[in-house]
Amino acid sequence: MTAYFGRRYTLSASHRLHADALSADENRAAYGKCNNPHGHGHNYVIEVLTRGAVDPETGMAIDLVKLDEAVRTKVLDRFDHVNLNLDPLFVERVPTTENLCKVVFGILENALPKGRLESVRVEETENNFFQCWEVEDDFVALERAIA
Amino acid sequence: MVELTRRATFSASHFYWNDAWTAEKNEHVFGRCANRNGHGHNYTLEVTVAGEPDPVTGFVVDLKWLKDVIEREVLAAYDHRHLNLEVPEFKSAIPTTENIAIAAWKRLAPALGPAGHARLKRIRVYETPEIFAEYRGEA
Repeated sequence: MTAYFGRRYTLSASHRLHADALSADENRAAYGKCNNPHGHGHNYVIEVLTRGAVDPETGMAIDLVKLDEAVRTKVLDRFDHVNLNLDPLFVERVPTTENLCKVVFGILENALPKGRLESVRVEETENNFFQCWEVEDDFVALERAIA
Repeated sequence: MVELTRRATFSASHFYWNDAWTAEKNEHVFGRCANRNGHGHNYTLEVTVAGEPDPVTGFVVDLKWLKDVIEREVLAAYDHRHLNLEVPEFKSAIPTTENIAIAAWKRLAPALGPAGHARLKRIRVYETPEIFAEYRGEA
């Protein structure tokens, strides 16, 4: 039987919302106080939902140790306590939480066995969150190109 | 289509153990969850039904009725119980969060039949605020 297993992780990071294609005034209009040149930060919650057949021997849909390992090495080690704008994936991509959600989905889709990632939800604050079930971008190719 | 979710909580103890395995393998795979004396959690159960609101009442289902069904079918059997020792379905299945979600679905699906045009959509079980499992009735 297919079941879904979810796990919530937290990371703290800073960002500034600023699009190079827009003028200073347009950036202030679009992003408001999130355009502050010195940036600001959030305690993000990354909720990872995986899917899999429940193993009759263990009663489990996914190996939690391997999931934790993938999230820790690929996502938390990379984005926790950093300035998101300085990450290569956010050089040409504004680090909105929509884009952070897509980036995390793309990274984990490649890190987990094929077909096991159902969705990624990122909570920026207690009052707003974003969820993504698929991404068009090939993040493996993107990272290779950046490197 | 509107989804409606009712949340309920129960507290229960459990342990993870596969009788077909050696003690060493159980301890290796399940870690601290293999302690045969058990441990416990405050579980949160989320029951989601989907349907069109009734044109007269405006309800997808009557929440009080749904609450009573959840209490009768699930909480009466699970709350303040040892899942391995006192709940029949966990004599054969290990009471992982995944299996609890599947078992709660099996208990609720027949009882929710009288909900008319609404149908059971999803069961989510939180073992802790950070860990949860979901079952959507898939084979």
